[in-house]
Amino acid sequence: MNSVDGGVVERDSLTAPCVVLGAAVGVFGVAFGVGAVSAGATVTMTCVMSLLVFTGASQFSAVSVIAGGGTVVSALAGASLLAARNAVYGLTMSRRLQGSLPLRLIAAQLTIDESTAMATARSDEASVRRAFWLTGLSVYVFWNLGTLAGALIGTAIDPATVGLDAAFPAGFAAMVMPHLAHRSGRRAGLIGAAVCLVSIPFLPVGLPILCAAVGILVGVPKP
Amino acid sequence: MTWTLVLALSAIAYGFKVFGLVIIGGRSLPAVVERCLALVPAALISALVVNDTFSSAGEIIIDARVAGVAVASVAAWRRAPFVVVIVSAAVVTAVIRSTGILA
Repeated sequence: MNSVDGGVVERDSLTAPCVVLGAAVGVFGVAFGVGAVSAGATVTMTCVMSLLVFTGASQFSAVSVIAGGGTVVSALAGASLLAARNAVYGLTMSRRLQGSLPLRLIAAQLTIDESTAMATARSDEASVRRAFWLTGLSVYVFWNLGTLAGALIGTAIDPATVGLDAAFPAGFAAMVMPHLAHRSGRRAGLIGAAVCLVSIPFLPVGLPILCAAVGILVGVPKP
Repeated sequence: MTWTLVLALSAIAYGFKVFGLVIIGGRSLPAVVERCLALVPAALISALVVNDTFSSAGEIIIDARVAGVAVASVAAWRRAPFVVVIVSAAVVTAVIRSTGILA
């Protein structure tokens, strides 16, 4: 079933990973729905937020600031910082996602951690696109169904008790492996991880991940 | 929670996505920029791994996740299927957490 080509598994079925990833995101969606409603959002407001904002970390951050008594402006600032990395993902994905303007405007909404990571882990153009769309749509559907369920039910499974808080970094570890096959990728990854880790205690949530982008400067000298 | 927050955040979040993918993304960029952009996933996804493993709410926290992610990283490095990688992370983390060795 799997064919290993240039160090990257190309032909494994994308459907199972996408469904598993989507389902895991869905559990966090339930947690988000519960949190937003208990922070004073209506069910409609909560669902509209997941449909339109669709970037989980920003949504959680906004809700936790409001729940903690923060202002709309401070909630917006923190959440925007977390959303900024999607612009960097968009730049990366634009090299690989050509197509009509309406299609790219839809693709933009799906440009998040999971879809970018799953797509860029592939090496041929067709499976890059397929991975992007399958992951983006799967996560979109599960995230929004989870949000609706959470907002209606009001009590969620705590993702931590079933270990789901480790599922995301683990998933990202699997997705980053193909990028570490080359020396420049390993150096960029090492710098990114180190900068992020060192800056976590000193910078607002979200900024350490963005700062990790300095790792890409490894690409400045000609190979 | 207000509609102002929901709609403003929607506009900002979509603005970032469109800025990268559609506005800048359509242009051809100098070779040096292309080389750097190719390294974005390596740098940022590595940072996500570290961030989601070692931190909570802006602080460094070492808990059961570390064990789960360590096991999963070995599985990923050994080219285990994606599903196995994330299920092993969740199971190891949940078991370690339930024993109370690490929170």
